Amino acid sequence: MSNLLKLIQESRASVLQNWMEGIRDLSRRRGLIDERELEAQSGDVLSAIADVPADTNLSNIDLPAWQTLKELLGTLSAARAVQGFSPSETALFVLSLKQPLFELARKHWGNKANELFSEITLTNDFIDKLALYTTDSYIHGRDQVISRQQEEMLELSTPVVTLWDGIVALPLIGTLDSSRTQVVMESLLQAIVQTNSRVAIIDITGVPTVDTLVAQHLLKTITAARLMGAECILSGIRPQIAQTIVHLGINLEDVTTKAKLSDAFRLALERSGRAVVRVSKANTSAHAAKEL
Amino acid sequence: MDRIPILRMGNFLLVTIQVDMHDRLALTLQDDLTNRISEVGARGVLIDISSLEIVDSFIGRTLANIASMARVLDAQTVVVGMQPAVAITLVELGMSLPGIRTALNVESGMEYLQETAEAGMEIGVYGGDSTED
Repeated sequence: MSNLLKLIQESRASVLQNWMEGIRDLSRRRGLIDERELEAQSGDVLSAIADVPADTNLSNIDLPAWQTLKELLGTLSAARAVQGFSPSETALFVLSLKQPLFELARKHWGNKANELFSEITLTNDFIDKLALYTTDSYIHGRDQVISRQQEEMLELSTPVVTLWDGIVALPLIGTLDSSRTQVVMESLLQAIVQTNSRVAIIDITGVPTVDTLVAQHLLKTITAARLMGAECILSGIRPQIAQTIVHLGINLEDVTTKAKLSDAFRLALERSGRAVVRVSKANTSAHAAKEL
Repeated sequence: MDRIPILRMGNFLLVTIQVDMHDRLALTLQDDLTNRISEVGARGVLIDISSLEIVDSFIGRTLANIASMARVLDAQTVVVGMQPAVAITLVELGMSLPGIRTALNVESGMEYLQETAEAGMEIGVYGGDSTED
């Protein structure tokens, strides 16, 4: 049945060479992978095909004998998803194996049309299945990249920074939705407990739009912080957002609001009994003289 | 049936809730606390809920009630050390407890009570004079 397999095992080197010629320009065009690595990968794939028992069925790739090959293709395509290959390029890597195999078949059964046809059909089917499997793994790898990035973004998007002993700030960037607000609320409250902060500044300079839902989320966060004994100051409200808030009839009267983060910080320092003063030149030089 | 101990520190009463509050316990605390306030003439009540991990709307309301009752009896109430999860739960339940003073920990709660007590004393001593500044 799988006479071709036997043939591949016999003339592995020439098949690999033909295959490499076929995919070389593909890899050269993108420059995403260097040639030696590509050759090593192709060699691995070919050995995985050639090393199965000679009587293995080509029409069913779910057989245990093909497990090594499938695993290899799986890791390869997942790696390609990370490296930035397109799905068609990843599939082409496998599909381009058809040409050298057909060549091999033609050389061997060139004058026996029936056998040539059946071998080519079988090989064609086999390679197509492998290519589909590779594409599936590629998409799976891509999905994993996307979900990891989403998680990272969620974490990155809510950094709580300590501005001063007892003053924390939360600069919000991007649109606030329910799931993000939950993370924002939790990380802010956690930071308040950890740093023992009495004042928390929520800066919404980077929030593009404020609607009733966002405002409600913010008010919830502020109320929760107040329940824990910390005071919240809302800062970075842009003129358009101030207009929207009033037009929507959102009541922010119980919340201390400031236009800029610096104003909020000044107020926070004031509330904790501190002030920022300019050091005059005369003072510094006198101080320096004393130090000397 | 167990009770939550109420400690006296000078003019202030100190309540540390270290067990899960159930409804009867909350009501007993409300009874005991109002009695103690009028008994010792306390000026301030500090309720430490830092070990409290579960609240429901009833406990929230009881806390608010205790604060209002204490205010009627001329004592300030501070609730200190609320856990983030508890704060989130209360907010989600729609209870913002507007009448309750809160503080991060016992230390800052005590500070606040002392400040208000001193302010009250000053007004009592100097009468109308202090309205100038």
